[in-house]
Amino acid sequence: MSQSSRQRQRARSAWLFLAPMICTLLLVAGWPLLRTIWFSFTDASLTDLNAAEFIGWGNYLYKEDGEWYGLLADAVWWKSVWNTLTFTLISVSVELVLGMIVALALNVNFAGRGLVRAAVLIPWAIPTIVSAKMWSWMLHDQFGILNDMLMGIGLISAPLAWTADADLSMVAVIMVDVWKTTPFMALLMLAALQMLPKDCYEAAKVDGIHPVRVFFRVTLPLIMPAVLVAVVFRALDALRIFDLIYVLTSNSEDTMSMSVFARQQLVDFQDVGYGSAASTALFLVIALLTLAYLYLGRKYMRVGD
Amino acid sequence: MSQTVDAKQLLRKTAFYLLVAVIVVFSVFPFYYAILTSFKSGSELFVVDYWPTSVQWGNYLSVFKGTAFGENILNSVMVSSAVVLVSLMLGLTAAFALARIDFRGRGLMLIAILSVSMFPQVAVLSGLFEVIRGLGLYNNLLGLVLAYLIFTLPFTVWVLTTFMKQMPKEVEEAAILDGASNLTIIFRVFLPMMWPALVTTGLLAFIAAWNEFLFALTFTLTDAQRTVPVAVALISGSSQHELPWGVIMAASVIVTVPLVALVLVFQRRIVSGLTAGAVKG
Repeated sequence: MSQSSRQRQRARSAWLFLAPMICTLLLVAGWPLLRTIWFSFTDASLTDLNAAEFIGWGNYLYKEDGEWYGLLADAVWWKSVWNTLTFTLISVSVELVLGMIVALALNVNFAGRGLVRAAVLIPWAIPTIVSAKMWSWMLHDQFGILNDMLMGIGLISAPLAWTADADLSMVAVIMVDVWKTTPFMALLMLAALQMLPKDCYEAAKVDGIHPVRVFFRVTLPLIMPAVLVAVVFRALDALRIFDLIYVLTSNSEDTMSMSVFARQQLVDFQDVGYGSAASTALFLVIALLTLAYLYLGRKYMRVGD
Repeated sequence: MSQTVDAKQLLRKTAFYLLVAVIVVFSVFPFYYAILTSFKSGSELFVVDYWPTSVQWGNYLSVFKGTAFGENILNSVMVSSAVVLVSLMLGLTAAFALARIDFRGRGLMLIAILSVSMFPQVAVLSGLFEVIRGLGLYNNLLGLVLAYLIFTLPFTVWVLTTFMKQMPKEVEEAAILDGASNLTIIFRVFLPMMWPALVTTGLLAFIAAWNEFLFALTFTLTDAQRTVPVAVALISGSSQHELPWGVIMAASVIVTVPLVALVLVFQRRIVSGLTAGAVKG
């Protein structure tokens, strides 16, 4: 068999090997996504999806008697957008800083490093639901240990209602998320730190350059690609947050994320049309960010080869 | 002079170990406190303690007594295992094509797979609900297995492709010279060499499936069909203000202990899998 016909045969077999995976993904992702987008242009209700009728942009925006209606005119939806963006921005930034500190500490060779790394992995392994429950107990307004600690060191004089107070509930959500996902950030950055060449550090040490300067001039630029990937992954994850908020603060508007809003419309209010419009909006936000990431990744980091 | 250097070094060392201690306490404390709470009962629950005072197994018995919690655990084990098996089977052959064969559209395929792994789950919720109901799988564990493939499959393909790219070319060439077919190469040559990668990927997919909440909450209806995260989330008392915290913490500990054990045993693999999934690309 000639070299090129062998090549062609292999290329054909590649698609054969990919077919089962592609078909499965089309069934569980491609088709459902198209249907969700379609539902967003209908008045579908959960009780009878087949009775859905096309209503155009009605779920998104329409004007009646001089008043605007639809998702884009819905104050609660905008609140959920604002919550989601605030949550993403603050939690990812805090996780970045704390994750970097943990990664730098774990990069030092010390006795018991393996054990510490294992301990750091524990929050990551605990199911989000369970961590939300553990924290709601710790944050309990009357019997919570966090209030007890804060009162013990004199930081507060009366117990705080962490998950009920409008000003505090977002703080509580961010706190739990930071606890849960800082390890992921730290591990990704630790992996990058451990691939750094040793010799330039020795040179810096010989020259007596201050470690802080070395960090910002040498370490940070070298691990930047890994840091960016970690930030993008975490940010995309944070934008679709559901479980933690659903369990920690239930359907409170003060912390409602875009995912929580969409599911509430879809399932609790049975309004599949409106809920699908909210889902589609979230999908668009994430799709745009993913595209930007892939574009930048191809340009600077060769993601996807 | 040397004494001040020593003192400075001692101070620096102490500060470092203090930082490490803070990291460990911060990571482990909530889980520790959940265990502590799970052993308390009655009015003891409402006194904040930092150290174990008594060990009572009552909450652990209540979790199982008169509830479907045992079944829920079994459901989670079955769904997660099935998801892992299907993902690995489909992922292995797909990864072979993506890692070892040069064909047109390969880069695009990889990007499409990466994009699917970033889907917000809620964006497919209504469409997937329709598919699952259409297949008659609503309130059925098979429906969950199908739904979970949306996040485990892209991840598995992506990570296995990364690992399979690292396999030596010589082995494959030798097999081709011996006249081995592609299937033979995948299952007789690569599979035995890929065990560590398969264990890593399978473990991460298992954890993801075990922890999933949104689909499990939406696509099941009865207590007997629920998975453990949903069961834990729905434990309730006689009223909103009387949540049985001891029982909830006992259930939380039961759900988490197997995971923590897995993570501690396989921590090196998990770290390599996580980084293969994200950084190396």
